[in-house]
Amino acid sequence: MTTEISTAVRLTLQLAAVTTLVLILVGTPLAWWLARSRRWWAEVVAAIVALPLVLPPTVLGFYLLLLLGPSGPGGLLAGLWGARTLAFTFEGLVIGSVIYSMPFVVQPIRNAFLAMGERPLEVAATLRASPLRAFWTVAVPLARPGFLTGAVLGFAHTVGEFGVVLMIGGNIPGETKVLSVAIYDYVETLQWREANLLAAGMVAFAFLVILAVTLVDRHVGRVRE
Amino acid sequence: MTAPTIEVAFTGRHGSFALDVAFTAPGRGVTAIFGPSGCGKTTVLRCIAGLTRLAGSCRVAGETWQDAATFRPPHRRPVGYVFQEASLFPHLSVRANLLYGVRGRMPADAAIRFDDVVDLLGLSPLLSRAPHNLSGGERQRVAIGRALLSQPRLLLMDEPLSALDRDTKDEILPFLERLHLALSLPVLYVTHDMREVERLADHLVLMRAGRVLAAGPLAALQSDPALPLATARDAAVGLDAVVTAVDAAYGLATLAVAGGTFIVPAGAGTAIGERRRLRIAAGDVSLAREPPGPSTILNVLETRILTAQTGGDEVTAVLGLGRDGAGARILARVTRRSFERLGLAEGMAVYAQIKSVALAPGAR
Repeated sequence: MTTEISTAVRLTLQLAAVTTLVLILVGTPLAWWLARSRRWWAEVVAAIVALPLVLPPTVLGFYLLLLLGPSGPGGLLAGLWGARTLAFTFEGLVIGSVIYSMPFVVQPIRNAFLAMGERPLEVAATLRASPLRAFWTVAVPLARPGFLTGAVLGFAHTVGEFGVVLMIGGNIPGETKVLSVAIYDYVETLQWREANLLAAGMVAFAFLVILAVTLVDRHVGRVRE
Repeated sequence: MTAPTIEVAFTGRHGSFALDVAFTAPGRGVTAIFGPSGCGKTTVLRCIAGLTRLAGSCRVAGETWQDAATFRPPHRRPVGYVFQEASLFPHLSVRANLLYGVRGRMPADAAIRFDDVVDLLGLSPLLSRAPHNLSGGERQRVAIGRALLSQPRLLLMDEPLSALDRDTKDEILPFLERLHLALSLPVLYVTHDMREVERLADHLVLMRAGRVLAAGPLAALQSDPALPLATARDAAVGLDAVVTAVDAAYGLATLAVAGGTFIVPAGAGTAIGERRRLRIAAGDVSLAREPPGPSTILNVLETRILTAQTGGDEVTAVLGLGRDGAGARILARVTRRSFERLGLAEGMAVYAQIKSVALAPGAR
């Protein structure tokens, strides 16, 4: 029973960490483009990114299931390493989580890029900084609060995700059985003590993450010499 | 006058009107781009920096930054740009801000040296501070230093004082005057404040509603009766003069310009040979046909009326210094009644009595 819990905890943290990492890597250029593009279809892309905010997780999960399944592109991709499908796998969960948590990461970063305005980048350009150098030395440091918020929300949202996981991941211990599914399972089977343990643990964890991020932000927020 | 080395021409839409400007500016000294708010001055400066792209051309010191086939991106143009707001990088210390343009380290062969800029702008007590701990004036000084240390070949300043209060302006103006003296860097200085033009500029580009009204040496434009400067309420002429004598007992100095000399109260430390700028307001100059008798007025000069323009009940006369009127030009504003009673006319030799001559602080 305890190994069951610790497996679920480890799997959840692993999923959330990988998802957050992928989201920062994919979401940053996307947020940058969304913040700076003046093309009308940038707003269309922004709306697509925001869709998971309003869609029922089961709807998203259903389409993801088709996408990841044996006859979707996910099946083709899985074929590369000899598997039949991406559904009901850890990799499939990562893809689903990335799409599901995307708006929670992209929007704060996009807003941070928008909030700084054009001026800091213009200043950098007149100081001979190439666009790439201006991005790394000015835009990213100035958008730091957006990155932190995005990472925390992305991580927390992935940890708490339930509907999509159930649709595309099922309930395979060590592969797709994450915390929220485990809690649901325990409640279903009337194992209140285990359910309580996990639920309380998640509350404490969420609190600690937010506190830690705030403290880290205050520390690294100091001006560099 | 040195050969013009900044040549720009831009056309395009600017807000509600068309921008169509072309001018040349000399490769040294301060050229002020002067005009009312919204006339397109800032747009011109942004085009020169490459921050805004309009059709046209821009050549600086023989290099083409923009023409029909070329558009150099802003980070490949060796300009320093001082914005209206200091716009310091809030996540970097003052020192790191100053060194951003040289990627954190001064090159050994830098023409504009770190210590010199820090001295010139009085930045040494600020170096390790964070931008949010600085006053408005301090921030703008750091922004000027940051632009200079990026080793520009052209300094662009977009109303660098307009966001500051009067006291802070007065705190920064002397720094700008020293800058002007210490560096041979050409400066394009956008402003709508004539006071700044009079203190800092050598050349002037006069703009109005997206067009250039006139461009040339400051004193020539100030005394051109065809331009709105000469008939403005606070019309004045700035003359660059050389100190030829100092009377320490009375605290006075004699300064020479083409065609005449002025006696001016001078602070301690004024030295013979120094170049100073005189400001003579049109309203402080009165005219007489005969040499006036004993008077407390120090400056009475022989001049000739070159042009006289009547506006309402006043006449604005452009005077050439010297009996032949060939010297430097000043303005006189007198009432139409006096002008007619004395029978004054263009071409006539008159005595100009100047109530007060202001000496710009600091050597030029």
